[in-house]
Amino acid sequence: MLSVSVDSHFVHKVWQDEELSKMVKGGVPFPMVSDAGGKVGRVYGVYDEIAGVNVRGRFIIDPDGVIQAMEILTPPVGRNVSELIRQIQAFQHVRKTKGAEATPSGWTPGKPTLKPGPELVGKVWKVWKPDLAF
Amino acid sequence: MKEVKIGCGKPTGTVVGEPAKKKPLERTDPEKKEAAMVTAKVGGKAPDFQAPAFYKGKFIQVKLSDYLKKWTCLCFYPGDFTFV
Repeated sequence: MLSVSVDSHFVHKVWQDEELSKMVKGGVPFPMVSDAGGKVGRVYGVYDEIAGVNVRGRFIIDPDGVIQAMEILTPPVGRNVSELIRQIQAFQHVRKTKGAEATPSGWTPGKPTLKPGPELVGKVWKVWKPDLAF
Repeated sequence: MKEVKIGCGKPTGTVVGEPAKKKPLERTDPEKKEAAMVTAKVGGKAPDFQAPAFYKGKFIQVKLSDYLKKWTCLCFYPGDFTFV
């Protein structure tokens, strides 16, 4: 995990010391990256030129350095950490099966996966129900 | 404590796992356009960058490509001391 904002690393220190360490014992356990000027945010498409800040962009990067997922929100709405973890688990499962299995909507570990192939065409309704999406 | 040289945050102009361009890009350099085009998209390699960071009480220099071989989440947010 890397968090990134346009604040300096000095401000990150003060935020960690003064506030975050009071929410999380010992403070947040990942590097807080400084992107002063938004140069990094620009190549990730999350830098707001008018506001001069990076909006809420979240990228899941696999061990080969490939971006598997991205989610970008405007500032006032926060993210869902459970959904982040669910997506990482799903991408890890797909990777473990070398792409032989795909995870349908709402998949969490233990729920059925799909095995794409000629036999499954038009037959997803037999093995997957909309209730499983929730 | 050992002094760590910390530069400003900047993209390397390449994706993770590829060496940075050797010489600084000139305005007329045909590679400049290519470097500027490295942007994030799903299914593509993540644009690499290096930047200063605060971690476990220390200032460090982070490079995204150091996280190859691991699942990594890159999380941008508007600012420290904001509310959400």
